Amino acid sequence: MTEHALLLDHGNLKRRNRFNRVVEASATVAAFLAVAVLVIVVGSVFLRGIGALSWHFLTTPTALFGESGGGISNAIVGTSMIVGIAALMAIPVGILVAIYTTEFAPGRVAHSIGFVLDVLNGVPTIITGIFVYGLLVAGHKQSGFAGAIALAIVMLPIVARTSQEVLTLVPGTLKEASHALGIARWRTVTWVTIPTAAGGLVTGALLGVARVAGETAPLLLVSSIFAPGLLTEPGEALASIPIFIFQASESPRPEAHTEAWAAALVLIAIVLLLNVVARAFYARSRKRMGA
Amino acid sequence: MEAGALENPVLRARRNRADRIGDPLLRGLSGLAAAIAVLAIAGIVYEVVREAWPAISEFGVGFVTTNDWNPVTKHFGAAPFLYGTVVTSAIALLLATPISLAISVYLTELAPARIRRPVATLIDLLAAIPTVILGLWGILVLGPVMRETVEPALQSVLGFLPIFGGDPSAFGYLTAALILTIMAIPIITSVTREVFETVPGDLKEASYALGATRWEMVRQVVLPYSRAGIVGATILGLGRAIGEAIAVAQVIGGATGIDVSLFHTGGTLAAQIASQFAGTPSELQRASLVYLGLILLAFAVIVNVIARVIVARGRLKDTFATPTEAEAL
Repeated sequence: MTEHALLLDHGNLKRRNRFNRVVEASATVAAFLAVAVLVIVVGSVFLRGIGALSWHFLTTPTALFGESGGGISNAIVGTSMIVGIAALMAIPVGILVAIYTTEFAPGRVAHSIGFVLDVLNGVPTIITGIFVYGLLVAGHKQSGFAGAIALAIVMLPIVARTSQEVLTLVPGTLKEASHALGIARWRTVTWVTIPTAAGGLVTGALLGVARVAGETAPLLLVSSIFAPGLLTEPGEALASIPIFIFQASESPRPEAHTEAWAAALVLIAIVLLLNVVARAFYARSRKRMGA
Repeated sequence: MEAGALENPVLRARRNRADRIGDPLLRGLSGLAAAIAVLAIAGIVYEVVREAWPAISEFGVGFVTTNDWNPVTKHFGAAPFLYGTVVTSAIALLLATPISLAISVYLTELAPARIRRPVATLIDLLAAIPTVILGLWGILVLGPVMRETVEPALQSVLGFLPIFGGDPSAFGYLTAALILTIMAIPIITSVTREVFETVPGDLKEASYALGATRWEMVRQVVLPYSRAGIVGATILGLGRAIGEAIAVAQVIGGATGIDVSLFHTGGTLAAQIASQFAGTPSELQRASLVYLGLILLAFAVIVNVIARVIVARGRLKDTFATPTEAEAL
């Protein structure tokens, strides 16, 4: 500031500097406000949820409607199954889409597919729910499998886009070296490109899983009316943690709210952990490819 | 191993055979996967139109402007929910855009290098919170604060405006708009921050050399240079806000009419589907809900296409990269 001392005497510059400081302070406040919101939300979930979180809560199925004292074991198992099946469908398809656009498709086609993925990513998830409802549930019944299909559609563009990104980062020299040795393309893809990009591909998969683990809207339409007790048959409607939170949050009973907070704590821990791990893989992968 | 295999004629022949199948197989499989993505979009559009058809043929285009949602008389219209979607999204963007721009300015121009990444990561993590948890927080934490503190304060200052009239309540348009603001901020911030980073350093330095303060530099160089990206980012945030069903359904109150007061309960297109679809509506009511979904889908697709085109065009000035989730990391 001292080097400005002479200039500061000027009335106009004083005004401009004062205004500048106000703007700088507001920008700083805005950034910390956003961080504060994260801390407040995660903090509320932690403080209100930790009390009700117990071994019993994690290992007992939800109590019958309107009763307390149950847990979320059925929801944990249901979410694991629905998200697991969705991941089994979306991750291979997503990575294959990325391989197609980066290895085989002509530029224009690759660009159009990228565009389609962006539009698919922008489709509200409740609409994805309506789609799967009409496809599989209307005239039949709700099922965990229908939920998995819906989540796979939500997950597909995330996995494909992230995979595309890392596959284009694979150094061309590596692929060219492989081609120069007369190695067929599919061998180059499976033994050079994919192993090099592995960390980034894992990132895409984890981000996709993290995104759909908390997805509620499609499940509300296709897997929300389920039998009590622990269910493991994906042909039937399955419980899930997000649906548990949604239904408990709408309940007028305070005990249900406490259970909703505890379930939210479990869900937020899973989602944040997946995100942190995904970021770590991404950073490592970029470093490895020298990007 | 591979080199050894090449010298052995038997292995070499087997290998050639594998390559004759392997290459077309990988090309075919990956092309099929790409076709699945394209078919998913087409399938979604087809299925939504098909399911909405009973309502489309019953109410026609007039559905969009009909201000009624009455399961008893079986008369349905989209106006209350269009109004709710427009009002909540507009408030969310009015709040989220300046805040996000300020955050991006902080992260690219002001923050010390050491805390730049951690703060950016924390703001990105805000986008990772499941919306059902934001809704839960909205019901039990934000809602009461709105009713007891924020809304009475707004009313005491701006109560002469009809939008701030009526009794304060925990659930309503304003609470929903604030939840949507929280969702839109990380999305708008991640795009604008990235665009701000592409502003050439020599332009900024030229501005400083002419004696500009930091704010004047931002206003005269960073913001004009990033205009396309800012517009695109805001529209992406809009796409997020109009499509959110769960958190809004939790805090907006589920009324089926238009209320001028922002404090009062209402509904949005997405939230109305979430709160009524899973129940046991009549066939016409369910079709009408899907009709709301069709309007929402049209909005979402148009908004996303416009945003991507603008962001991509803004980016072409500088690089050819495409935006992805991973880039925000």
